[in-house]
Amino acid sequence: MTDTQKNINSSATEKPIIEIIGMHKWYGEFHVLSDINLQVQSGEKIVICGPSGSGKSTLIRCINRLEEHQRGQIIVNGTELSNDVKNIEKVRAEVGMVFQHFNLFPHLTILENLTLGPIWVRKQPKKEAEENAMMYLEKVQIAEQAKKYPGQLSGGQQQRVAIARSLCMNPQVMLFDEPTSALDPEMIKEVLDVMIGLAEEGMTMLVVTHEMGFAKSVADRVMFMDEGEIVEQNSPDVFFDNPQHERTKLFLSQIL
Amino acid sequence: MNETPTKREYLLPPKTNVGVIGWLKTNLFSNWHNSLLTFLLVALLAWLLPPLIRWAFIDSLWNSSAEACRNIDGACWSVIPNNLRFIILGFFPEGEEWRPIVAMLLLLGLVIYSKERSRWRKSLGWLWLANIIVMGSLMHGGVFGLSVVETSQWSGLPLTLLLSFFGMIVAYPFGILLALGRRSNMPTIKTMCVTYIEMIRGVPLISMLFMSSIMFPLFLPEGVTIDKVLRALIAIILFTAAYIAEVVRGGLQAMPRGQYEAADSLGLNYSQTMRLIILPQALKIVIPPSVGILLSVFKDTSLVVIIALFDVLKTTMVTLSNPEWGRYSTESYIFLALLYFCFCYAMSSYSRKLEKELDTGY
Repeated sequence: MTDTQKNINSSATEKPIIEIIGMHKWYGEFHVLSDINLQVQSGEKIVICGPSGSGKSTLIRCINRLEEHQRGQIIVNGTELSNDVKNIEKVRAEVGMVFQHFNLFPHLTILENLTLGPIWVRKQPKKEAEENAMMYLEKVQIAEQAKKYPGQLSGGQQQRVAIARSLCMNPQVMLFDEPTSALDPEMIKEVLDVMIGLAEEGMTMLVVTHEMGFAKSVADRVMFMDEGEIVEQNSPDVFFDNPQHERTKLFLSQIL
Repeated sequence: MNETPTKREYLLPPKTNVGVIGWLKTNLFSNWHNSLLTFLLVALLAWLLPPLIRWAFIDSLWNSSAEACRNIDGACWSVIPNNLRFIILGFFPEGEEWRPIVAMLLLLGLVIYSKERSRWRKSLGWLWLANIIVMGSLMHGGVFGLSVVETSQWSGLPLTLLLSFFGMIVAYPFGILLALGRRSNMPTIKTMCVTYIEMIRGVPLISMLFMSSIMFPLFLPEGVTIDKVLRALIAIILFTAAYIAEVVRGGLQAMPRGQYEAADSLGLNYSQTMRLIILPQALKIVIPPSVGILLSVFKDTSLVVIIALFDVLKTTMVTLSNPEWGRYSTESYIFLALLYFCFCYAMSSYSRKLEKELDTGY
């Protein structure tokens, strides 16, 4: 494990885009994340897996402060997350997030969903924002639906819109919180294809998912979490063929 | 691969399930007790309607003197045209009737104009402001050579419309602020809003009106007076806002967490999140109960009678205190009920239209 991490870290001499140092989080009395240390280089793709309740969603939700951490440091693109609202908004604008349940804004059209952030947060002119949005809709192959409302689209289409909505903010990092878990099987592929395309373009991605095929083909690093700790992280080859920890072996034997 | 798969045959539904026969079958005669109910209701109508029609339309007089009405069995609708001026305009000075009438037409005209959502732009706000100034000048006078009419002379329908319209328009945004305050993370603001809402909701509107007209002036410094109509209006606004706040809070609570998170993750700040994401959806959810509150505000304005303001209900009652017309209260109140009904029905049908327009299928 340490060898691989050394390789990854030595290959990039620049500062990591996300740096988490000794981070702990509690839900009331419950110690949900314990001593998390993580460095993510720009352009790196990390897949996080683990049993349910292991804290993997909570971890990526801490990165854009949807959840607050109580101890340690999270530094995103040079900005440390604290109670400073301005800093939080700054980080959020740089970090895109895709949710399990899409969370599109149902009262706005697809196009309005996409232009909302650029217009109000980035202060882009409406026309420019719309052109940009159409470009991203083109990219996720859904441009013909621009005038429709989210309620009129299938789950797979909605998730692709959600990805495009995040991309419109031109983020440095994309977080995916189980993006395919709420989809019917025949729609999973269309969403994964968009994510693979994004990875090929060099986007920094943190993906919580159970799609091990995606992890094998796309990830630079696969991270296994259990009971709020990072148990093991390795390149996909080593992670799947030669897992180091008993807990990882058990988990892999259950899902593969 | 490119072969078109054979399509299955689509059959028409059985004849008895569609068209007039289908409608009758499902709605009036679906089973034996429904059929029985249908027959009973038809019989009831046949028994009640003819005498009612005879009274209201056949044996009635529509525009006659009070004396002529003494000798008929039917309704004496003449009470309305003969007293219409007082019922509608009350004590507004003779010869100046055109002023409140134009003001009311302006108000109704602009309300009707504002119904289309495509017209909801900034310019509409300026139009409203201009309209309010014109309406105020017409009612109060003192400018452009119009004689001054004190608010104590404002009465009848203009007063009812003034109290209810401005009551609703001001109370609604105030109620939204209260609802947001009640859900705030800041304990001071939250406590203040909760206290306000619960105190107001624990008090009847009549006592609020009493306080505004009798107790409140006692606390003002000597020489300072606030107009009585304005005081009543403020009482109505304060009262309505508390109810609106609770309804809006219900809508806010119905919003899924994911909507807040999605807005947050885009980097929107609190006021943008509320204005662009949460409130448009929450307010749409609470259209039906909000309209319920607005309708009751409209009707409750008649309570201002207890602080000696003459709304349209009171002017009608005054008309009936005239011995000549006093016996025709049924006709007068039916007229008044229709008047209230028209306004209320317009409001509720508009709200249904709005709901349909805002429905985006979620």
